[in-house]
Amino acid sequence: MANTISLRCRECSRDYPIEPLNVCEFCFGPLEVVYDYGAINASTSREKIASGPRSMWRYADFLPADYNPVTDINAGFTPLIRSRNLAEELGLKELYIKNDSVNPSYSFKDRVVSVASAKALEFGFDTIACASTGNLAGAVSAHAARSGMKAYVFIPSDLEAGKVLTAAIYGATIVSVDGSYDVVNRLCSELADKYRWAFVNINVRPFYADGSKTLGYEVAEQLGWKAPVHAVAPAASGAMFTKIWKGLNEFADAGLIDTPVNTHMHLAQAEGCSPIASAYLDDRFIIKPVKPDSVAKSLAIGNPADGYYALKTIESSGGSAVVVEENEVSEGVKLLARTEGIFTEGAGGVAISALKKLAQSGTIKPNDQTVVYITGNGLKTVELVQDVVHPLLIEPTVDAFEAAVDTKVS
Amino acid sequence: MSTTVRIPGPLRRYTDNADKVQVDAGNLVDVINQLNSLFPGIQDRLLDDAGEMRYFVNVYLNGEDVRFLQGLETPINDGDEVSIVPAVAGGS
Repeated sequence: MANTISLRCRECSRDYPIEPLNVCEFCFGPLEVVYDYGAINASTSREKIASGPRSMWRYADFLPADYNPVTDINAGFTPLIRSRNLAEELGLKELYIKNDSVNPSYSFKDRVVSVASAKALEFGFDTIACASTGNLAGAVSAHAARSGMKAYVFIPSDLEAGKVLTAAIYGATIVSVDGSYDVVNRLCSELADKYRWAFVNINVRPFYADGSKTLGYEVAEQLGWKAPVHAVAPAASGAMFTKIWKGLNEFADAGLIDTPVNTHMHLAQAEGCSPIASAYLDDRFIIKPVKPDSVAKSLAIGNPADGYYALKTIESSGGSAVVVEENEVSEGVKLLARTEGIFTEGAGGVAISALKKLAQSGTIKPNDQTVVYITGNGLKTVELVQDVVHPLLIEPTVDAFEAAVDTKVS
Repeated sequence: MSTTVRIPGPLRRYTDNADKVQVDAGNLVDVINQLNSLFPGIQDRLLDDAGEMRYFVNVYLNGEDVRFLQGLETPINDGDEVSIVPAVAGGS
C-alpha cells in the first residue's frame, strides 16, 4: 500500500480523504498528498532503491499510488549525462544534463501520468483525460493504450503537428479547442465537474503532480546520493519545479542524502509567457496572468496554477528566475544539439539559454555542480528549428561533391 | 433576460447542487452579492477578508478571465455567462 495518509489543503490545512479531489472546498486552495514519513523513512534505503526496477517506480515508497504493471510503460530512470562540450562553452566544470526527453512518450510527463493512471485505476475510473500543451496529451494517450482505459485529450488548436500526432497515434480522442491552454484548462475544469473521468491534472492532480518528485530523487541518486549545487528547470504551471525541490528534501529527510539540501533552484521561462519569472524579477508573490505568445508552446501557460509555490521554492532554495528572449528558445535548442548531441524541444531551449545566462552572470560559478533539466524531445516540434535544414544539392558524382563541400582529398 | 452563473463542484453544496444559477446584475460585485443573498455564505468562498477575489478562484465572463477585464468591477450584460472555476488545475 502507498504510504499516504490524507489530502491536505496547502493554504488552510483542512484534511480530506484520499479521493479524486484537487481543491479545498473551503478556500479553493490546492490539495496535497500527506505521507506517512515514518513508514517511508523506515522502509527505504539506498540499497533497496538501487536494487529496484530501472524506472521511476524504484522510488515507489515515496509515491502516492501502488505500482501497477497494467499501466506502466517504464517511465523514468532516464540518463544523467556529464556535459563536456556545453560545459566548456559555458565555462562550467561540472555540468550534468538530465535527459528526460527519452521517456517512453518522449517527455517528463510520463512520470506524472504513470502515477495518475495507476491512481485512476485504483479509484475505478475507466476513462482518463487531460488539458495539455502537447506532451501531456502524448503521455496520457500512451498510458491509456497500455492500461485499456479510454482517453480524451484537450489541446489548444495551434499546437505543433508533431505534438498532435504523437498523442493521436495511441488512439486517444483528440479535442482541439479554439483558444490558449488556459482556455482549454478552464473548459476541462468545467467538464471535470460533469464527467466521471480521471482528469489527470484536475481531479487527480495531487497524485499526478507528485510523479515529478522522481526528477529530484533520480538526480540525487545518479549524482552518487547527493543534491546538486544548482538545478535549472523550465516552468509552465510551476508544478514540476516545486516537486523537484520537494523530492530532494524528502530524500534528505529520509537520510538518503545529506541534509540540509543546498540546491539553488533556478526557474526558466520564455519572454512570450513568463508570468512566474516576471513576478520573481518584480519582487512580488502575486502572479499576474498573461496571454501566452511564445514559440516555447509547452511552457505557454498564462495562468500557472503552481506559480505562487514555484516562487516560494525559489525563495526557500536561494534560487532565481530567468526570462530568455524568444529568439533564444531555438538558439538554446541548437546549442544543446550542437554541443551534446541531444535534440530537445522549446522548453529545453529555454532551460539551456537560461543556464547560459546564469553562467555568464556568475550566478552559477565555474566549480558549482549544476544540473539542467531537459524535459521534452525536439522531434515533436521540428517547426521550431526548420532553419537548420539546408542540404547540399548535388549531382551523384565525386566532382560535384567536392565542388559543393570545398574539400578535396588529394 | 438575465445572466447565467456556472457553479463549480466545490460550491454546489451552497446551491442545492445546482450547476447553473440565474442572476440579474450590473457588474461582477452585483453577481456575487446576489449569489450571496440566494445562497448565504457563498461570498466568503469567493472573496477574502479584504473583499478581493480569493487567490485560487478564477472568474470568467463569456470565457474571458475577468482579471484581463475590470476584475470585480467588470460590467455584466443580459445574456452573459459568468463561470466560477477553481484555479488549481493544469500543468502542461
